[in-house]
Amino acid sequence: MSNNDSIKKTLIVAFSLCIVCSVVVSTAAVVLKPAQEANQALDRKRNILAAAGMLDDSTSVEEQFAKMTTRVVDLRTGKFSDDVDPAEYDERKASKDPARSTALSGEEDIAKIFRREHYAVVYLAQDAQGEVDKIILPVRGYGLWGTLYGYIALEGDASTVAGIGFYEHKETPGLGGEVDNPRWKSLWHGKQVYDDGEMELEVIKGTVDPSTAGSEYKVDGLAGATLTTRGVSYLVQFWLGESGFEPFLNNLKSGEA
Amino acid sequence: MDSAKETLTNPIFKNNPIALQILGVCSALAVTSSMQVTLVMCVALTTVVAFSNLGVSLIRNHIPGSIRIIVQMIIIASLVIVVDQFLKAYAYAISKQLSVFVGLIITNCIVMGRAEAFAMKNPPLPSFIDGLGNGLGYSVVLIAVAFFRELFGTGKLMGMEILPVVTEGGWYVPNGLLLLPPSAFFLIGGFIWVLRSFDKEQVEEPDFKLAKHTVAKEGV
Repeated sequence: MSNNDSIKKTLIVAFSLCIVCSVVVSTAAVVLKPAQEANQALDRKRNILAAAGMLDDSTSVEEQFAKMTTRVVDLRTGKFSDDVDPAEYDERKASKDPARSTALSGEEDIAKIFRREHYAVVYLAQDAQGEVDKIILPVRGYGLWGTLYGYIALEGDASTVAGIGFYEHKETPGLGGEVDNPRWKSLWHGKQVYDDGEMELEVIKGTVDPSTAGSEYKVDGLAGATLTTRGVSYLVQFWLGESGFEPFLNNLKSGEA
Repeated sequence: MDSAKETLTNPIFKNNPIALQILGVCSALAVTSSMQVTLVMCVALTTVVAFSNLGVSLIRNHIPGSIRIIVQMIIIASLVIVVDQFLKAYAYAISKQLSVFVGLIITNCIVMGRAEAFAMKNPPLPSFIDGLGNGLGYSVVLIAVAFFRELFGTGKLMGMEILPVVTEGGWYVPNGLLLLPPSAFFLIGGFIWVLRSFDKEQVEEPDFKLAKHTVAKEGV
């Protein structure tokens, strides 16, 4: 026992333990990697479908996703682009890289995202005639505690909301966290984004009275979550506005994208 | 075999790691807002404690005293990474919710505490059983806390609706506080209170006694 504390023994124990442990850890990492990557890809696809309100639990996510077209949009020109590979492209990394993103001035940056990446990956769903039926756009913006990441889906007319959903946020459970509430999300369905080409959609404080004029441009706010509500309103206005996807949507409608 | 049984069952109520030793409370606050996540966390922690105890115990006669904590940490950390990899591969949705807390099992006081206090001095089998027992003791408290938090915080259990919530057209107004970490403190406090009123041996001697109030003299 006493020679346990000799320098030689200490080094031997330390080295052999490290080797044994690193073999165990790297074996686990290598063996399980394919399953993990498949999971990640599946999770992202599920988020996109769920956000668009198109997730159908009866068939597999892969099968539903196969019906959609993945395209890259150059946000500077508002046109489709083939410059980046959507499978490899990471929007979050790009938005932090000065070479691949544009800084936003305080006035433009209502969603408080600081930089907007040059390219965005969008998803298009086609109906039986091959016409664009749903347009799914990535959105993000600052809420109360952190950035909300999600997708907003528009109908083929590029002005009617088909659905919205956030796959990552840090809002208070029960208050701002109600952005995940299916009942609230269903309020978005059928709302109008543009009135004569002007971005009008907003989330208001309180409840929308459907009998008043312009109610189709307004969504109920979340009770007890004024800042989250404001954040969601701003992020939708940003991403569907001039600095976001509005030029692309206009091009898409006129067939010039 | 009597002692093996005791090693296994003692930590569940008599010597509970959370209620009596007050170890591992940090993760008890963080992961107990839903039952499903809690169960996975309990399985992960129990696995790690049991196998780290086994590992430490197997080589206990060769561990130099000067680096014994580091040796224990290496064994624990490797096990935690392996468990985390498994969760990412086979329970991706839950591993996303557990996020950093699986990694934090490395610093969970129960794991270190049992390795240092028990596995360093006992043969492999009892150490393994002691790890299982402590994992179960931790699980009992966590599951109890998660039960109350999920049921009264969201009206659901394991994601299934039990109390119909007002926002979904029911009658139950969920208690939002229960979804926030501090509520776990109250519940663990309640659990300790109930446990100690049944098992008086666990009640600690007060550290000091309050002196009587001195009465101020009139007209001073």
